[in-house]
Amino acid sequence: MNIARKPRRINSSFHQLTREPALMIGVIIITGLLILFILYPMFAAAKMSLTPNGQFSGSVYRYVLTHSQYLNAIRNSVFLGAIVATLATFIGFLFAFSLTRVRIGGKRFFQGMALLPIISPPFMFALSVILLFGRNGLITSKLLGMDMANIYGLKGLVIVQTVSMFPIAYMTLSGILQGIDPDLETCAMNLGAKRGKAFLTVTLPLALPGIFASWLLVFVSSLTDFGNPIIIGGNFNVLSVQAYLEFTGMGNLPRGTALAMLLLVPTVGVFFIQKYIMKNKSYVTVTGKSSRRSTSQSSAALRIILTLLCAVISGFILLFYATIIGGSFIKLWGINWSFTLNHFIYSWDVGFTTMKNTLFLAIISTPITALFGMAIAFIVVRKDFPGKHIMEFVSMLSYAIPGTAVGIGYILAFNKAPFELSGTAFILITCYVFRNVPIGVEGGIAALKQISNEIEESSINLGATSAATFRKITLPLIRPAIFSGATFAFVRSMTAISAIIFLVSARWNHMTVLILAQTEIMRLGAASVMSFALIIVIMVFIFIIMKVTGLGREQIFGTTK
Amino acid sequence: MKQNDYLQLNNLVKDFHDGRGNIVRAVDNISLSISKGEFVTLLGPSGCGKTTTLRMVAGFEVQSSGDIILDDKKINNVPAFNRNMPMVFQSYALFPHLTIYENIAYGLQVRKMPKDTIRNDVAMAAQMVNLVGLENRYPGELSGGQQQRVALARALVLKPEIILFDEPLSNLDAKLRIQTRTEIKRVQQLLGITALYVTHDQSEALSISDTIVIMHNGKIVQSGSPEDIYNHPADPFVSDFIGNANFFEGKITELDNRFVTVSLLGSEVRVPAANVQDGLGRGNDVMLAIKPEAVEVKPDTGQFTGKIEVSSFLGATTEYKVEYSDGFLTAIHPNTHGEVHNYRFGQDVRFSFKTDFFKVYKR
Repeated sequence: MNIARKPRRINSSFHQLTREPALMIGVIIITGLLILFILYPMFAAAKMSLTPNGQFSGSVYRYVLTHSQYLNAIRNSVFLGAIVATLATFIGFLFAFSLTRVRIGGKRFFQGMALLPIISPPFMFALSVILLFGRNGLITSKLLGMDMANIYGLKGLVIVQTVSMFPIAYMTLSGILQGIDPDLETCAMNLGAKRGKAFLTVTLPLALPGIFASWLLVFVSSLTDFGNPIIIGGNFNVLSVQAYLEFTGMGNLPRGTALAMLLLVPTVGVFFIQKYIMKNKSYVTVTGKSSRRSTSQSSAALRIILTLLCAVISGFILLFYATIIGGSFIKLWGINWSFTLNHFIYSWDVGFTTMKNTLFLAIISTPITALFGMAIAFIVVRKDFPGKHIMEFVSMLSYAIPGTAVGIGYILAFNKAPFELSGTAFILITCYVFRNVPIGVEGGIAALKQISNEIEESSINLGATSAATFRKITLPLIRPAIFSGATFAFVRSMTAISAIIFLVSARWNHMTVLILAQTEIMRLGAASVMSFALIIVIMVFIFIIMKVTGLGREQIFGTTK
Repeated sequence: MKQNDYLQLNNLVKDFHDGRGNIVRAVDNISLSISKGEFVTLLGPSGCGKTTTLRMVAGFEVQSSGDIILDDKKINNVPAFNRNMPMVFQSYALFPHLTIYENIAYGLQVRKMPKDTIRNDVAMAAQMVNLVGLENRYPGELSGGQQQRVALARALVLKPEIILFDEPLSNLDAKLRIQTRTEIKRVQQLLGITALYVTHDQSEALSISDTIVIMHNGKIVQSGSPEDIYNHPADPFVSDFIGNANFFEGKITELDNRFVTVSLLGSEVRVPAANVQDGLGRGNDVMLAIKPEAVEVKPDTGQFTGKIEVSSFLGATTEYKVEYSDGFLTAIHPNTHGEVHNYRFGQDVRFSFKTDFFKVYKR
């Protein structure tokens, strides 16, 4: 780009703003909201951690970074994240490779298994692992007769985080693997490479950016996970839990905030690396049209091995769900195995209002999130104005901010005039909307970029007005993206914990927080019932969305066909 | 080794399951013999089984029945990576993460050839297809024509006895396509390589092949030299596919050793007996086929009457669509020696046939 042209571009993009007052108003409102609900809370948190006594000072960070308790938490978080990221990426690759390249049987089932953890409450697996492997666990105590099984800590965390996070790796990698032309592997074999050699020299190197990206995503998820470590972490201290305990338990606001801000460093770093990788993955499709034939070059032995591996992992996942269902009907797990409906009665009494409120807030925030995300995507893709890349960046940035930091930031930012919102439904809704909007923006941008300008121009050329074109052409084409974004927004609202645990109140509680409380007082039966109920509500919602919109599972979850 | 059956396909059959419990026969009992150094093209419309046949030869698909014999040895169970029949793919299938050098060297590297040999051979292959200087680029940085040449070099570097081509030119623009097919033919003849080539483009097949094998619905309908196929299409399908022939219905009214008289459009034409399909006799209903080049349109003389519907000037030739009593026919006139007739739309004309070019088939 030569320099002389640049000012003119900015000028002309300014002109688009002044020519379209509606656009200008939209841009101003969106920018204002993004600043207020994404940047300002982070600013408030940064300020709290840097001005413990009203004056600027790095003393809080210095304290945190020189005391073994906190250094341990950092080390533990990173260690755990690295293990989980490696295992989850491995399993995710196994699933993605088996389903998209080798094409083993039972595809719908395995795909369902890889999606199930996504729609489950954040610590459901932790609860299940305690029921199976805990002190009174079905397997450890009852079947193996172990007396003091200790699943709490690193072991348990690795299991539950791997199971709940491998879907992230699966979704990333199945997209990448599908992007690799099957002709390439076929060609490698044609040139004399055996199947394994073709995999190592062609498929694996091409998937490497995806593998790296997926590793980073899982790493960050593990780092920012709050639900699992607080339940099953035991003495294994991690950063997110430490921040929460400092902030709410000890009331040490600056130190809790500083710990949460430390989480921000790797997540934002990964966010940038991720963007960079995805921008440079373009070499996946360079050459002409592919023959589209999938390779069925795999031997029967390989298919059997992969099917078995996927089946074993799926079996584990199903076992965890069965345990939760079982736990709902058992009187006192580990001690009294008789059948009861008491947990349901208790849960109804204790949890009905909370469930109603949780659902109500999720249903309010879902369409707002989806439409807001699509509006940003539309403006970013179709309009030209100064600073639009910054708008896109900030709207995506909230993806990178750990829930703990968001929760603390919101509490600090909105607890006094002019934004006194704490304890209200409004603060929860805004939290959902701005935490989940990146999914809508990302999906919307992808969908809109696929609609070439020529399609819309030809509609206008054929006599449709801009409004009619949007209604008849653009909207139907982006509809799947809108509902996909809405579904994810709903699921994430229903299963949120790390941010909203700071924001709930007696009036507006959340099911996940309630389940956490039940688990902490060892009412595992009730916790099981409530987790189970939460999954059912989410599944019913997804079922309704699919029936009403006529969209399939692939379109909603954006996975393989 | 017998010279004329270096690669043999014997009664090859390939069945696919369509996923709804039905079996689709993609390749239906085809047999073929290819001599050493021969350039054989499988030609046919999409879905005729030509690519499936090629993929069976390469070992990517396993035949449902039948044998593939190379050099008198059955290779049915030889895995794809051991067949040493490099293929040039339609998509080129260049490895996007490897440089041009590494792409070309790939086959040698997996064969664990010594480094020096690899370097020399790659340099020679690059030279042969005119890629010198591009060795350190990545496929994404090359033009379509260059990518195509990398794919060719990658195959040639293995010094194969046979090269397989799967519609290698279909992603190139028209001019480059003609240039590249000449190039492929030149290299093939220079090195004496046997080539099995798949395409749906008849002019490509005619220009490049020693032998053309025409496939339709999984079967071979005709094979022969390009001249033979062009001049003596075995059935109406080949007539249509190769020559875009005009078809008419008629009836044999008389025949002797040299000529057959066929009723046509209320009149009669005399066709050499050699152009009549075997087994036809007096009184049989027949299908007549004639290429557009053998239809003459004239302003006032000619056996039949018609009206110009479309007149397209194509440079070397002019193509007319003529409406006649039973429908439309196509005529192509060369624009030689400046004698260009400019028939207008709707103009009444007369037309006649160079009857030696009629083919008479069973109806």
